[in-house]
Amino acid sequence: MALKTATFSAETRFDGTMAFIDMNGEINGLADESLSAAYEKAEQDRPSSVVLNFHEVDYINSTGIALIVGILARARAAHISMAASGLSEHYREIFTITRLSDFMDIQP
Amino acid sequence: MTTLKSFWRNYLGRKEATTSSVVVSDGSLPVEAPSSAPMKSIDLDISPNDQLLAYVSQNRGVLDVDRLKLDSPALEAMRQSGIKLVVPLVSQGELIGLINLGARLSEQEYSRDDYTLLSDLATQAAPALRVAQLVRQQQLEAAERERIQQEMRVARLIQQTLLPQELPSLDSWCVSAYYQPARAVGGDFYDFIYLSDGKVGFIVADVTDKGVPAALVMATTRSLLRAAAERLESPGAVLARTNDVLVKEIPPKMFVTCFYAILDPQTGHLRYANAGHDVSYRYTAKGVLELRATGMPLGLMPGMQYEEKEATLRPGEYVLLYSDGLVEAHNPQGEMFGFPRLQELLASHPDADTLNDFLLDQLAEFTGQSWEQEDDVTLVTLQYERSLEAGPEYTGQQNGQLLADFEVVSAPGNERLAMRKVSEALEGVGLPESRMDRLETAVAEATMNAMEHGNEYNPEIPAQLKVYLDESAVRVTITDQGGGTPLITETKPDLEAKLDGEQSPRGWGLFLIRNMVDEMQVHQNEHYHTIELVMLLEDQQGE
Repeated sequence: MALKTATFSAETRFDGTMAFIDMNGEINGLADESLSAAYEKAEQDRPSSVVLNFHEVDYINSTGIALIVGILARARAAHISMAASGLSEHYREIFTITRLSDFMDIQP
Repeated sequence: MTTLKSFWRNYLGRKEATTSSVVVSDGSLPVEAPSSAPMKSIDLDISPNDQLLAYVSQNRGVLDVDRLKLDSPALEAMRQSGIKLVVPLVSQGELIGLINLGARLSEQEYSRDDYTLLSDLATQAAPALRVAQLVRQQQLEAAERERIQQEMRVARLIQQTLLPQELPSLDSWCVSAYYQPARAVGGDFYDFIYLSDGKVGFIVADVTDKGVPAALVMATTRSLLRAAAERLESPGAVLARTNDVLVKEIPPKMFVTCFYAILDPQTGHLRYANAGHDVSYRYTAKGVLELRATGMPLGLMPGMQYEEKEATLRPGEYVLLYSDGLVEAHNPQGEMFGFPRLQELLASHPDADTLNDFLLDQLAEFTGQSWEQEDDVTLVTLQYERSLEAGPEYTGQQNGQLLADFEVVSAPGNERLAMRKVSEALEGVGLPESRMDRLETAVAEATMNAMEHGNEYNPEIPAQLKVYLDESAVRVTITDQGGGTPLITETKPDLEAKLDGEQSPRGWGLFLIRNMVDEMQVHQNEHYHTIELVMLLEDQQGE
């Protein structure tokens, strides 16, 4: 058995009043630390909104959904709007089913 | 004076110069010929807008035909027949007849006394004539009612004789049927056909028209369907064959709608075709699906083809076949019961055992107490009884071809390995990409649960996966060895509560699985959990 290692990375960048978190890899339980760090960096700059960029994400499991819910809760508490971009059609459907799309602006 | 819009028919012989004539309630007016005329009979048609009708309805007393100045074809015909006087018979303001007189036998003119006598006669004769008319009308109506009732008795007898006397008795299946004819006995019927390979044919049909004609067509159609079903395996072919024979024999303007399904009780597999009948419904845990297939009603045109569809019922699911007497019932406000209401009711009622009573109660509530049933109501349900438990190893032997059988080590992240292997096993089976994505997500989540909760990520205890394919669906089973532990309780995630910190952000696994596949079942014994995922090859809800 090989121990599972994180196959996820997240980088934060800013554009005007918006922060972008560019994610890469699989969003599962192992993505927790990287994703949290990226969000904290984004929040420090008090952006008007944070955009989660999923273009390079190929897998999100239920634990990954839970991480996104956690990030969204923190953004709401900080009165920062949140958006998602680059979701595949399948994950758009999952965002709809879970109702995440009711609380995040889903962009192409 | 619509009662006089018709004709004068019998021009009868007479005994004396002056004579009486009466109008009966159906508008036919016997007219007595004058004495000097030979015995003969004439028919006089009075147009509804003939001036004579308007005139006699407004002028009481004796009318001299020769002095009337009217543009009236009827008046002219009366003159030519030798009629000299006309005396309207009026009862309660309604013109009910005329007394017509020819010339006097003495060839003298009618006197004032004659006029008075005739007026008095008309005054006294009119009520008596009216009574006689009413009595005759009631007699005719009573005879007509008796004739109709007799016809209805015959129609009902034909129908009841031909309906199945017993319901099919099938292991693991519950079949029920309900039939309530309307007062005017429509042409509904249902039938069960036991086929040689253990399969059973289910028919629900509706003949246009009512009464004996419909019952006779029903009997013919039933025989044709049975004959075709015994020789042909395909429901579409059975309907096509029946149509080709029926179209030569059915009376003009009549046709038959018919839904025919063949059930394999061993597998739950259902093949069906539809000849213009109302769409049947399939209850599933995920919602109510339409069993939709296209085809023209039977008996309209020769050479018709009937689309054939398939579905595989799972334990707990049921199918409802019915006739339009249910969905086309109206409430006192004129609103129709309708398909959406039926579909909604089915979605709320998972138990076919009580479905017929439930629907009839809902129908009664909808239509109200004063409802007179407009058409026959027929309901046939077949439910695959829910299995209480499955064997620990869940062989899946009834689930079609085994495409893959493998294990994954219980370790974080290995759910993706399971996803990939399932995907490889299903290459080329034609599962649309979007449905494959959903199945992969469900497999991943179920495998994660098996590895984490069932096997506690013990690398010595693998999760076992099997992939099956049958004609209509893919089935994936994921088994762990946590059978002694309680199943994870499924609760519907509340996103607001999670965002407000009132619920853990986790808890999406089972919710996702259930929403990704067409059906999910969990089997458990003291050693194992097996989760079974079913994904239909086609999205039936989207059809």
